[in-house]
Amino acid sequence: MKSSLKLALGLTSAITASTAASNAAHAEDLTLCWAAWDPANALVELSKDFTKETGIGMKFEFVPWTNYADRFLNELNSHGKLCDLIIGDSQWIGGAAENGHYVKLNDFFDKEKISMDDFVPATVVGYSEWPKNTPNYWALPAMGDVVGWTYRKDWFSKPELQKEFKEKYGWDLGPPATFDQLKQIAEFFQKRQIDGKTVYGASIYTERGSEGITMGAMDVLYSYGFQYENPKKPYEMEGFVNSEKSAKGLEFYKALYDCCTPPGASNSYMGEGVDAFKSGQVAMHMNFAFTWPGLQKDENVGGDKIGYFVNPKGPDGDQFAQLGGQGISVVSYSDKQESALKYIKWFANKDVQAKWWSLGGYSCLNAVVKDPKFPSSQPYAQAFLDSMAIVKDFWAEPSYAPLLQASQKRFHDYVVAGQGSAKDALDGLVKDWTQVFQDDGKM
Amino acid sequence: MLNRTADNVARATPEPLARKVRGISDKGLAWLFISPTILLLLAINIFPLFWAIYLSFTNFRANRPNEVVKNLGFANYRRILGDQDIWIAMQTTAHFVFWTILLQTLIGFTLAWLIDRKFRGHAFWTTLILVPMMLSPAVVGNFWRFLYEPQIGLFSYVISFVSGIPPTSIQMLSNVSLAPWSIIIVDTWMWTPYVMLICLAGLRSIPEYIYEAAEVDRASNWRQFWSITLPMALPFIMLAVLFRGIENFKMFDMVNLLTGGGPGSTTEVASITLKRQAFESWRTGYSSAFAIILFVAVFGLANIYVKALNKVKQR
Repeated sequence: MKSSLKLALGLTSAITASTAASNAAHAEDLTLCWAAWDPANALVELSKDFTKETGIGMKFEFVPWTNYADRFLNELNSHGKLCDLIIGDSQWIGGAAENGHYVKLNDFFDKEKISMDDFVPATVVGYSEWPKNTPNYWALPAMGDVVGWTYRKDWFSKPELQKEFKEKYGWDLGPPATFDQLKQIAEFFQKRQIDGKTVYGASIYTERGSEGITMGAMDVLYSYGFQYENPKKPYEMEGFVNSEKSAKGLEFYKALYDCCTPPGASNSYMGEGVDAFKSGQVAMHMNFAFTWPGLQKDENVGGDKIGYFVNPKGPDGDQFAQLGGQGISVVSYSDKQESALKYIKWFANKDVQAKWWSLGGYSCLNAVVKDPKFPSSQPYAQAFLDSMAIVKDFWAEPSYAPLLQASQKRFHDYVVAGQGSAKDALDGLVKDWTQVFQDDGKM
Repeated sequence: MLNRTADNVARATPEPLARKVRGISDKGLAWLFISPTILLLLAINIFPLFWAIYLSFTNFRANRPNEVVKNLGFANYRRILGDQDIWIAMQTTAHFVFWTILLQTLIGFTLAWLIDRKFRGHAFWTTLILVPMMLSPAVVGNFWRFLYEPQIGLFSYVISFVSGIPPTSIQMLSNVSLAPWSIIIVDTWMWTPYVMLICLAGLRSIPEYIYEAAEVDRASNWRQFWSITLPMALPFIMLAVLFRGIENFKMFDMVNLLTGGGPGSTTEVASITLKRQAFESWRTGYSSAFAIILFVAVFGLANIYVKALNKVKQR
């Protein structure tokens, strides 16, 4: 009896001790929160090196894009401790900074000699700064991203199509330099039979629920002359948001949707765009650059069959592209801020950034992207570099959510549902945005 | 003698359970048993309701926890009632409620009437008709989204086969005119069996001898239907209308899965607008006021309807 008791006690102690040891080993595990997408998988692979170097384990909380904002903004608003590190969307930076969700990184950067001058300027403004264009940093640029285009190089290079196109439009079929050219190509391919299959011109963003149609329409509107506000008077939007040029840009986007998208593409965003391109439905495809590594590797449409081009120029030669991407921040409610900062220090390292790019992530570090070998490192590298040089971003105001919801509604009502005119849509947008800023006491 | 009998009766009566538990009366014990339920009810139903009423008078925003909460009085209510978009959403909701109830009642009652004939295999057909109602709305929404797909969807193919219109032209979810009907079709497909079940219960509750008396009086089938079947089943039909009306006024899942409120705002019913304001724009105070308005509207309409239902029952 006694020996049985001893055995039982011994076993219990052993189990307790091993559990305690295991808990101790994982006590400093960090949880990194991000969207569930290809770059996140690359980050998991990359982070193994961090664990090897520091002994700090990494756990990941990835949420699909459709729930990404809901899930993590709820987490931050409720002061949750789930995430020690978060890769939050660029629009969140204003709200996260003003509401105290993120740790301000200026002192840390100074101490660790991490200079924001070492990163691509647009990504610093877009992902790290609040207020914009001031040296107040809340994140380290982590994943550079921008809207660009892919096209079916194999279709474009078919001699019979090249001949027909030249005869019809008078210029050589190739990546378009202007939006007018893009529309001509899209019209040319719309409902054309290629390899016995009906194909369509282009896949563009039309999604209503989150941010899709805004990201797509803005991509065009910027190059047509749209401006968020009077550069000399903040929040003055009349004549800028709803300028004649902006209206022309929105009209163009609608015309492109009406003439040249696949049937039923009234609610397309990143996933639907990738599906349309991968299934060989469309000649061109608007999407964020993060999709390019996956498409490049695709057996059916990747390799030599795919080409990349930068968002084309507007009628006056202006050329901009919608910024995507995110910075990595330390959550102020985390109990493991020191370890989280260690991760950021490690992530900012040049070698880590170089590996990040090689694994499919998009580095924002100048040392990586300005390396002479960078443009030839991947078929899409040059298009990414050129695109990042012309980016503009949506409002990053703390009230970005109602601002975004307003543009989603106004754009979808006009572009997809065909209600009213482009001018009506933009006038309505000025009204909605004015209301938001008035509610915020900024107007 | 009488006293002895009374004593015997008193002795024979078991001591109430409560008296065995020292210090707790019967009433106390009863409260003890129901108090967890009452507390739960207060916590998950009553408290949020009062909290929402309080928030509806403020500018509170759930994504700005550090901001000072200001009392706005009735400003949120005034803004909602003066907002054109809200009225459009209410009209859209009314459109859905009207057509879904009309179609579901007509088809549901007809099916119930046919099933009530007790033909051979009626049990099998009843079960088969009930299948859509047993599915999850999430499954139904996704299932129909594929059916409506203009390039590969069966629905478009069938319509194309019948009408000769190319399937890619039948864009049920993208077309402004067709999108509302795409939702009405799915909701009718899913919930008609529910109406049918209630109507069937009503039809089966009509005593057979009434029809036998009508036969003796040589009443025609139409006369029997018009004078016996319909009036006696009417309270059940009205009950089905009440249930479906309340449900469809709150319709969210189906619309969200099929169209997300689009194209544009064509199918944006009140619940979708509410969700957008509350959880996408984070206007918590404003959306609370909207929720209270919706609650009062449904509650008021349902009360008026129930009074009418009671009058019909009393006839």
